[in-house]
Amino acid sequence: MNFKHKYFFLFPGLFVLIGILIFPIIFVVRLSLSGWNSYNPGLDYIGLENYIRLFTDDPRFWESFFRLSFLSVTTVILQYVIGFALAHMVWKDIKFKRFFRVLFLVPMMTTPVIMTVIWRTFFHESLGPVNDMLSVFGVAPKWLTDPVIAKFTVIIVEVWQWTPFMFLLLLAGLLSLPKEPFLAAAIDGASPVRKFIYVTFPLMAPISIGAIIIRLIEASKIMDTVYVLTSGGPGTSTETSSFYIFIKGLREFQMGYAASMSFTYLIIMIISLTIIAKVLTKVLLKE
Amino acid sequence: MKTCLTAIISSLMIFSPMAYADKWSDQFPHIKATGDIPGDCSYEKMSKKNYKGKTLKINTHAIPVMGEPTALHAEQFEKLTGAKVEVTHTPAGDLYSKAMVPFQAGQAPYDVVFGFSNFINDWKRYLAPVPKKYMNSPEMKDVTKSHMGVSSWDGTMYQYPVDGDRHYLKYRKDVIDNPEMQKKYKADTGKELKVPTTWKEYGEMAKYFNGWDWDGDGEKEYGSAEVMKKDDLMFAAFFSRSVAYAKNPRTPGGFFFDLETMKPNINNPGFVEALTDWVEATKYVPPGGTNFGLGDEIGSFGGGQTLFSFSWDDAFIAAMQDDSPIKNKVGAAPLPGANKVWNRVSNSWENQYNQAPYIVWGWAVGVAKKSKVKDMAFDYLCFFSNGANHQADLAIGRFGVNPFKNSDFDPNIYINSMGWDPEIANSYTKTLLDMEKSNNRVFPLRVPGVFEFTSAVATGTSKALAGQLSPQEALDEVAKEWEAIVSRVGKKAVQDAYAVGVKMEDNKL
Repeated sequence: MNFKHKYFFLFPGLFVLIGILIFPIIFVVRLSLSGWNSYNPGLDYIGLENYIRLFTDDPRFWESFFRLSFLSVTTVILQYVIGFALAHMVWKDIKFKRFFRVLFLVPMMTTPVIMTVIWRTFFHESLGPVNDMLSVFGVAPKWLTDPVIAKFTVIIVEVWQWTPFMFLLLLAGLLSLPKEPFLAAAIDGASPVRKFIYVTFPLMAPISIGAIIIRLIEASKIMDTVYVLTSGGPGTSTETSSFYIFIKGLREFQMGYAASMSFTYLIIMIISLTIIAKVLTKVLLKE
Repeated sequence: MKTCLTAIISSLMIFSPMAYADKWSDQFPHIKATGDIPGDCSYEKMSKKNYKGKTLKINTHAIPVMGEPTALHAEQFEKLTGAKVEVTHTPAGDLYSKAMVPFQAGQAPYDVVFGFSNFINDWKRYLAPVPKKYMNSPEMKDVTKSHMGVSSWDGTMYQYPVDGDRHYLKYRKDVIDNPEMQKKYKADTGKELKVPTTWKEYGEMAKYFNGWDWDGDGEKEYGSAEVMKKDDLMFAAFFSRSVAYAKNPRTPGGFFFDLETMKPNINNPGFVEALTDWVEATKYVPPGGTNFGLGDEIGSFGGGQTLFSFSWDDAFIAAMQDDSPIKNKVGAAPLPGANKVWNRVSNSWENQYNQAPYIVWGWAVGVAKKSKVKDMAFDYLCFFSNGANHQADLAIGRFGVNPFKNSDFDPNIYINSMGWDPEIANSYTKTLLDMEKSNNRVFPLRVPGVFEFTSAVATGTSKALAGQLSPQEALDEVAKEWEAIVSRVGKKAVQDAYAVGVKMEDNKL
């Protein structure tokens, strides 16, 4: 076979890669250097104007970014703790193990937008069942209209929806662990807590890092929950980066500016997730 | 025998129009209340068109509001003309971009695009003007002057009128007109209980009737239901509250901007006073009311939860539907006014009563300039709003079709076909008609990049409602953003476009 023929077989994959990954990124970069908006359509060239505006005159973008950081880190930590606890529970020999394994996955299988609409109905402060039940105890939290509580409402919905994903990854990890270290710990008479701290948790560290990073990538794109639940409100208290970019791009039709925000956001996320992965590896794997 | 024959012939002659109407209403039960109504785009006329083999593509709103009548009339149009009509339903927030992206790329995936009337400036270069034959039709001549203006740009109509919108006050007539309640209110507050004519009165009454069971249904009721959810049309609710304080008939030349300088008026004391009232209103809305979108507002007032509401017709129509618990217990009135109005020329308050109707933007529809079936597209729109369809659509609250023809202001339509109490039907039509007659009206902002302006208002006012900023700080932030937008878009472009709206507000068009 001619050596060059090998390259021929690479072309389909290469075309797909260029078409669905490289071209959109290049287009976003080009778009970010244009002033494309509703009254000025087209890829004109305005240099770094959009980036200058973003870095010098748009505190709302940075506020939404820090808010997103808070929301995504908090939700992922909670998802990890709850997901690990649930995975650990059904990893053991308990009754109805299979039933619980399936049950815990149900939230992830539902459509996020539909579920958020249902959560919004639950948390409706005058017509929803949550406050109706809580009224027995004389409390009626402002789930969606208090700037602080609304953030926690978003966190509750996100944790409910995505903990199963964490559960699934961690359960797969637990099931793949070797049995010998646990046998050794049992022979040494280690208590369940010690067994968890000194055997299970360290063995799960590489899987935990992977699961946390995957979830952080996903959580940093929180959009549908915010869109349906609060529209970023009250005020701007639940506005995240992706929701803000959506408003600028598809509501206000500032395509060029939204592209500059998207690209900046992509760069920030690549850098910060790389740092987080390094730190987690260092801490959990004690490298 | 001769007498009998004459009677039969006479009867046939007298009832022939009815028989003619029945022919169509049998086939299309939607128009059973009126039958076909003769006109340029009546069922009879459309049945003579032949669009077999042609396809019409429509992008419209999600079902039911405007989406349902679009689909229904598309189906009827197919049956009558043989055309194939493909209807795509899109959420409200995406209507603009779904049409704008292909428009800007030089494509026309849809022949007919639904949107809002304030899109007109951004869309007009991609839409075909309404042809003369439709402009001269009796149906079009029946459209009110305000809505001809809303659908047109500097004399050229780009959006085919299918809906008419304005904001007005809705109130619980069974409470406000109740002598016992009036006595109780007087005893407790020393003031008269009546339909509020100022926002201050509105606030006082709403606060008084907030949080207790005043209609004896075992549930707590509240003062007011308003659209306060960020980005969910809330800017329109804010403008409704602002017109009383900031639209001064003695200072023509711009409500949103000073047309000469293009300096935003949005942070002047008139608007700040309105926002201060609105922040106060957060205390008399139902729990969660600061997160109410339009749907919540309709459900809340229409379901009997609040004393007042103001915005589009839908809450009123919902309250007057047969399945409503408060049918024939509600009233319509003009938006409240104020006992002072800001004079932006003298920079001072004028202590005199002021009221201004807000002819808010509403549903609009146009035909893509690049469409290959423009004739069929305009025929469809003309058929959509023909006499029979329009009257039937008006009666169905969820359709979102509201009065925009002079003939719609006949109270008998609502009394006879919808079972409204005559007094309520009269107050409803009078309220709408008076808005048409007013010479202190405010029209929607229709300038290039309109969404950037309204989005800035939504963000600023929602920060004030959430307590993140004071009303003055919030509107200063909006004004700063507006100045930046004007500078980005180009002062001349915004000024030229704004001048068209100002002409309408100053009654010069």
